[in-house]
Amino acid sequence: MGAQESAIFLAADLVFSGDYQLYSIVALSLKVSLLATGIATCLGLPLAALLAIARFPGWDIVATFLNAMLGLPPVVVGLFVYLSLSRAGPLGMLGLLFTPTAMVIAQTILITPIVAAIALRSLEDFNSEYAEQLRAMGLTGWERAQTLLWEARFSLATAVLAGFGRAVAEVGAVMIVGGNIANVTRVMTTAIALETSKGDLALALALGVILILLALVVNLIASAAREIGRKAAGEAPARGEA
Amino acid sequence: MVTKIKAFSLGLVALLAISLSHSLPSQADERFITVASTTSTQNSGLFEFMLPVFTKETGIEVRVVAVGTGQAIKLARNGDADVLFVHHKPSEEAFVADGFGIKRFDVMYNDFVIVGPSEDPAGIKGSADVITALKKIADSKTPFASRGDDSGTDKREKSLWKLANIEAGGEWYRETGSGMGATLNTAHGMGAYALTDRATWLAYKNKDGFDVLFEGDKNLFNQYGIIAVSPEKFPHVKIDDAQAFVDWVISKEGQAVIADYKLNGTQLFFPNAPVQGS
Repeated sequence: MGAQESAIFLAADLVFSGDYQLYSIVALSLKVSLLATGIATCLGLPLAALLAIARFPGWDIVATFLNAMLGLPPVVVGLFVYLSLSRAGPLGMLGLLFTPTAMVIAQTILITPIVAAIALRSLEDFNSEYAEQLRAMGLTGWERAQTLLWEARFSLATAVLAGFGRAVAEVGAVMIVGGNIANVTRVMTTAIALETSKGDLALALALGVILILLALVVNLIASAAREIGRKAAGEAPARGEA
Repeated sequence: MVTKIKAFSLGLVALLAISLSHSLPSQADERFITVASTTSTQNSGLFEFMLPVFTKETGIEVRVVAVGTGQAIKLARNGDADVLFVHHKPSEEAFVADGFGIKRFDVMYNDFVIVGPSEDPAGIKGSADVITALKKIADSKTPFASRGDDSGTDKREKSLWKLANIEAGGEWYRETGSGMGATLNTAHGMGAYALTDRATWLAYKNKDGFDVLFEGDKNLFNQYGIIAVSPEKFPHVKIDDAQAFVDWVISKEGQAVIADYKLNGTQLFFPNAPVQGS
């Protein structure tokens, strides 16, 4: 049909011509997903660190719950946030529905478990290696958690990037809570859905190509930063990485 | 080590706080209304054409959430919109009767058409009326793609089957549960017939080998209406700006803008608001 070929050219054309309000849509996508990733990191990493060092009754249930949340459908999260932020809902008076803030909230709920669950896996590796040393140093639980996070910081980037990847690629939740309003809450994924529904498959695919490139660039920057950091720390490549 | 991570996380939190406060538009300093509307008005490009004119004149930004009519009405019933602009008169009248809307005005009309593969496998071309056309599709069990999403088009389609006394169902009748464009994509993929509003069809781009096969029945008339959401029901509704928008859409000028909107030389919507006495 030629839609695939023309999509590549169209993608290049969109990027270089500055057409289609592309830049503002890309900027909003990045803004929303990076903010959600930042918040999810602040919540997810400490949670993972505490789970890595603590053993308490019900630990298995918490860990299983966290892993199950990896499969949380974005539409369900979107619906939940919509019902909470709707004027008819408990947080309606805040007037946050159909704003970028609502999209950040939905994505944060979606990816915090992802960041935490993936971080937990690498932190457990570190913990089994360092647990005795840390205990010997007489650190409190919270100090041990912090130390663990610091030591594992380079492997934790994987968890954070996985969260960002999910956030920026997600469409179901931001469509419902953002409303795909032009110039206000339209991001890459909802723009792709819109163009698909207009039957403009080449343009939809072109936007998809740009989204992939965007994810690639973010990942490249992150891995470059990680390498620089690692060299500065004078460390051999950390363990527990794929 | 521990102080390092403290400094690091403090920095991260500070960075987040700063970007939060700067990057997300705040509510207070912007003048806008939220309009719950249908995909046809958005996908056809009408809003892109008409809203900037209104915004330029009044300084009121119009934020459109384009979903199916059924969903748009639910949004408005939850108080999540200031204006409702949809196309299913009975539901709109119920919306006003239930106290959610102030008053309903006719805005414009066009029509529904039946599209399908150009070869017309069920032979509906030239049918005497839409009922006959639908009977031919059902009798030959030719695939028919239905929205199945409680939208205005879906409600109309259901009522047409009822009118034809056909229990639409079975293997040939396929509910996509999605918007008009997505349903057209699906119909296109399976070589199925579908009922669509003419505006979405004309703006739709993926129609190789597909054509309008039936049109021009009074039962295919498609009326759009506009309603400002009642501030008595929802005190937060921006009634002044909402009313300004409704007034403009049904004014001589707004109606002229709607009539002016053409796609490839074809007018998509025909204004028919009652003449305003002023």
